[in-house]
Amino acid sequence: MPITQVFEGKVDYMQIIDKDGVVDSKLEPKLPNELLEKMYRFMVLGRIWDKKCLVLQRTGRMYTYAPLEGQEAIAVGSTLATESGDWIFPTYRESFIYHIRGTPLDMINVAWMGMEDGLKIDPSLCCFPIAVPIATQFVHAVGGAYSLRAKGIKSAVLSYGGDGSTSEGDFHDALNFAGVWNSPCVFIVSNNQWAISVPRKWQTKSETIAQKALAYGFKGIQVDGNDVLAVYSAVKEAADNARLGKGPVLIEAITYRMGPHTTADDPKKYRSEEEVAYWRERDPIKRFQIYLQKKGIWNEEYEQKLIADCAKIVEDAVTKAEAYTQDPKDMFKFVFAKMTKDTKEQMDECFGVG
Amino acid sequence: MKINMVEAINLCLKQEMERDKNIVVMGEDVGVDGGVFRVTDGLYTKFGRDRVIDTPLSESGIIGTAIGMAALGLRSVPEIQFQGFEYNAYHHIVQHAARLRNRTRGALNVPMVIRLPYSGGIKALEHHSESLETVYLHIPGLKLVCPSSPYDAKGLLASSLKDEDPVLYFEPKRLYRAFKEEVPEEHYEIEIGKAHVLKEGNDVTVISWGAMTYISKEAVAEAEKQGISVEHIDLRTLSPCDWEAIHKSVSKTGRCVVVHEAVKTLGFGAEIAARIMEKDFLSLEAPVKRVTAWDITIPYPKTEDYYFPDKKRILKGIIETAKF
Repeated sequence: MPITQVFEGKVDYMQIIDKDGVVDSKLEPKLPNELLEKMYRFMVLGRIWDKKCLVLQRTGRMYTYAPLEGQEAIAVGSTLATESGDWIFPTYRESFIYHIRGTPLDMINVAWMGMEDGLKIDPSLCCFPIAVPIATQFVHAVGGAYSLRAKGIKSAVLSYGGDGSTSEGDFHDALNFAGVWNSPCVFIVSNNQWAISVPRKWQTKSETIAQKALAYGFKGIQVDGNDVLAVYSAVKEAADNARLGKGPVLIEAITYRMGPHTTADDPKKYRSEEEVAYWRERDPIKRFQIYLQKKGIWNEEYEQKLIADCAKIVEDAVTKAEAYTQDPKDMFKFVFAKMTKDTKEQMDECFGVG
Repeated sequence: MKINMVEAINLCLKQEMERDKNIVVMGEDVGVDGGVFRVTDGLYTKFGRDRVIDTPLSESGIIGTAIGMAALGLRSVPEIQFQGFEYNAYHHIVQHAARLRNRTRGALNVPMVIRLPYSGGIKALEHHSESLETVYLHIPGLKLVCPSSPYDAKGLLASSLKDEDPVLYFEPKRLYRAFKEEVPEEHYEIEIGKAHVLKEGNDVTVISWGAMTYISKEAVAEAEKQGISVEHIDLRTLSPCDWEAIHKSVSKTGRCVVVHEAVKTLGFGAEIAARIMEKDFLSLEAPVKRVTAWDITIPYPKTEDYYFPDKKRILKGIIETAKF
């Protein structure tokens, strides 16, 4: 018997705006100016807020923080490609998504300032709390999607992770279940090249992360994760198809973590300045700025006003968050729906009552 | 030499890796980065990538492969970056590491030392402050070692790296850089299964381990000032536990306070109290007191100080027990 080929797969790469702001007019989505401006505004706001968080942490006003810098296009492009009923299951690096979805920025600060109240997200915003354990959100997203479908809700479910997260069993469980269940899921892997100090090439021998979807029976696509239009287009198509019952998609967004893994990390220990400089030239905001300039939307004056507006929003959100207090007793109140007698006794002992 | 706990563990790993070519260190960021706490700093340069492995990001993969390595001739020393992320690997620890010796009637064993940075009080993010000794102590076949000082850290790790059974080596990260002390540069071992009487006394026995020993010392000193003679025992190893040392002390003092930063329910204090009841019931002058964390989820950093036992609560426990 001759040997026959039983499987063949391909993975596409999509970039719409290159690093110098040159657009591929065939792929360019014809989006209204209002949406383009929104994309830019959120990316700029995200960066200003992110830089502020780093300063706050360095000056003892915030606890450990996981910076977003360099990955704004993924958070912004993907979120703006969703509809309001779509659910989002982010990781710690995408907490800014909550604000894009409508959570006040100061409440995200409250979470990073070490108070659980910051993750009390309005359920109507359809956001799961950030997952600190790696890759767990992918499986929860598949379950969430099952629940929505069972209730007749035609929504897509987005979940996020990094390149490192694809090594966890949970990532593979999620893809496998989603394939078998034909789940309305969009899995977004922000391949930022580093899982703390471990480079992407030590994480998997696969040429792409996107190709892992093929093994689970559905489409995987690679996009330039620093190109907000590419991220937007890929997620929009995937989410639209998911809502139509066409099953899951894995999107590998190629990007770079410009800062440390968290404020507790020192990337100088494991990566070169040259590499960082290479990626700085591929900045997601810079190229989109050029794109908007060519469209006649952006100019210096526009930029100055936007930066001033964003800085004010960020400062106000810090002031508000720093004034926020959380009742320490609340740590006892959410263990169960109804506090047990024993928990009540321990709470009283903790606070010196009785 | 005067060094802190991170330096003591690092020095021990270096020395033991030179002594025993079978020792392999592995985990997330343990190589090039030298570990997120710098505990494995310099090992990658000294011993190379084959013996200091930056693994893919998978706790289950790390412990599963470490078990295979250990069973077939190496001495694996996997690190789980933070104990709170260990659950993925728990399956392998319980189902296989703890059982392989028994399953094969001794034909195979797992000489593996899992390094687990544990403990809270460092204002870390969620899942970074756990103290999960109970989940291992409940499993027969696992040893559990928990140093409370740089000296103990080096000596206990040296012993663990010669042990023929799986050892969970709990590193109290709150103490990593809390203080320095005199530590012999040369190889020495501290016996696994023997407690350390830090201070002799007659009125109350205080039992603690790891980070809580450090906190308890302050409370013990204060109690002494108030005229209570305290015998302070640091367990050093929780499995096997030195029940003899506890018996010896409690049969003398008749009063006992156990301090741990794990939650109260089924914390190791419960087992200690039960053993004391079985063995020293007639010597007891007061109920065994537990000073522990509360039975709730570990709070985010802003309010975590209300959660962990502190000097004040431990002192209150000692005084109440002494005056009972």
